[in-house]
Amino acid sequence: MTQLLIIAGYLGLLLLLGIGASRLFRGTSQDYMLASHSIGPFLLLMSIFGTTMTAFALVGSTGEAFKEGVGVYGMLASSSGIIHSLCFFLLGVKVWKLGKAHGYRTQVQFFRDRLESRWIGALLFPVLVGLVIPYLLIGVMASGTVINKVTAGRIVNGQIVGGTFAEGTFPAFLEQGSNPNTPDQPPSFLYGSQGGLPKPMASLAICGIVLIYVFLGGMRGTAWANTFQTLVFMILGVVTFVVIAWRLGGQPSFWASLQAASAAIPPEKLTRLHIPPEKFFTYMFVPLSVGMFPHLFQHWLTARSAASFKLPVVAHPVFIAIVWVPCVLIGAWATSDLISIPPPVAANPNAVLPFLVQKLAGPVLGGLLTAGILAAIMSSLDSQFLCLGTMFTEDVVQPLRGEKRLSDRQELLVARLFIIAIVAVTYALSLAEPRRVFTLGVWCFSGFSSLFPLIVAALYWPRLTRAGAYACVVAAACSWLWLFTASDFAAQPDFTVNLPVPAAIDADGSWQLMPVAAMITASTLAMVVVSLLTSPPSRQTLDRFFPPAE
Amino acid sequence: MKPAHGVWALVALLILAHQDIWFWDDTTLVWGFLPVALAYHAGISLAAAGTWFLATRVCWPGEDPAASSSGDDAQ
Repeated sequence: MTQLLIIAGYLGLLLLLGIGASRLFRGTSQDYMLASHSIGPFLLLMSIFGTTMTAFALVGSTGEAFKEGVGVYGMLASSSGIIHSLCFFLLGVKVWKLGKAHGYRTQVQFFRDRLESRWIGALLFPVLVGLVIPYLLIGVMASGTVINKVTAGRIVNGQIVGGTFAEGTFPAFLEQGSNPNTPDQPPSFLYGSQGGLPKPMASLAICGIVLIYVFLGGMRGTAWANTFQTLVFMILGVVTFVVIAWRLGGQPSFWASLQAASAAIPPEKLTRLHIPPEKFFTYMFVPLSVGMFPHLFQHWLTARSAASFKLPVVAHPVFIAIVWVPCVLIGAWATSDLISIPPPVAANPNAVLPFLVQKLAGPVLGGLLTAGILAAIMSSLDSQFLCLGTMFTEDVVQPLRGEKRLSDRQELLVARLFIIAIVAVTYALSLAEPRRVFTLGVWCFSGFSSLFPLIVAALYWPRLTRAGAYACVVAAACSWLWLFTASDFAAQPDFTVNLPVPAAIDADGSWQLMPVAAMITASTLAMVVVSLLTSPPSRQTLDRFFPPAE
Repeated sequence: MKPAHGVWALVALLILAHQDIWFWDDTTLVWGFLPVALAYHAGISLAAAGTWFLATRVCWPGEDPAASSSGDDAQ
């Protein structure tokens, strides 16, 4: 119960912060969606970092390191340090300048002007929303799992011991787990909530909290809440690391405990022998996704000046290391014989970090550490919810209204109502069968990465044409759908695209590539070929987006 | 060579250095606790921060004259 009270206290504090930030709200749609372009370097760094680091970074990285070993850091974290900052530097600053000059609030508005196409939104909006929803699902699913695991009891001789709630506290439909050995039997308390807050209730609470502060405070409330939450999860993340290292290592000093814990990691988790080098290389395409994240695009536009980007560009890779190195080490330690991971937890890598927190930290610290994990999750959910509301208003409703544009007040109302609708849809989807957070995240990011050539060409290649852009989006969407279906809808975590190569090059006769490599190749080829075959943009558009001085 | 070219050469070098096949099967623990694959890539993250710091100094895309507006983030 102590953990639950601490978590509730943290969520209450967050609500107060959101409500406090809403008092600064200027009442206009411009302020609601872009905080009136007033965000300086520190808030920009914290809100961008908080937005890009989600359940994927904490829960997902620990779980994946538990499954695959320490190579996970190189696969996504160090490459993100290079690629994310590259995107902020090359894309973020330029997008901000254009947004400031032409009043853009969403990606579609920019593409509509750049491509001289009124209907690009009709194609791009569903694709972007379709890709954001799995990203939202990652957060909603993970928050439910985390709260449930840290408040649950342990199974001793077929009984739950030490749970927060007794059997029968919640209705049977909230008990979602079945015995993995006898899956045909109905879900039960023993394999469901196990005495913790049931996942559907926990996820609902998180959705509700985020919804309230986004609803009230808009982008300004989101930026402040993100900053607070990023500080919370970074500080508590380091505390989690120290506590788990000390308890696992069991030595008198912290340093000796660190060494004892790492010495127990099985050798196969220290190496990358099971990861083909070509797969490792093509993982580097996955972080390109930040170039097309609609919520990040919106955060870029909130900057007060171009110089505000300097701090995020430089500090982002260091912040990634501060969060990911401890998480990956903890995941690798969990594979050692210093701790026994029960089969249901081992079968669900998302549960490894919350299990360790519950097992190794006391109730007070456990509650605080859980608050840190939730902070990371919610600091992404808020931006994504807000962004979808903005996109719906600006890219769907306003164009459909034509000359009869919504008033500022109506625009705010529509954005808020759509946010409520999208929270409801995401929550409903999260109740379905969950996938590994890491796997789902990689598929979602891969989809955004496949659209990366489009934003680069729109900003740096004058020859990009409307038809070329359409071809790029269609090729990206089709290749993503085809490969996602081939992976049994992410049910195969190790799915790769196998490219035949001569045995002289690789004895296996094929290269195992990440699906994202095939998607980017398809979308780039389609975009370049079709652009070159069609008429270039008008002189007026070229002068607007590529002035001679640049 | 212009300084900006040097920065882009460093970025390319970082991407190359990221493919560390020489540590693929190495089980060494740096300082007795940090697996070498993890230590090396943490180093890549720090090197990336250094490279991007240089980039902001020598090839920053520049300010927009109509840019700054007063904000509530007192930086």
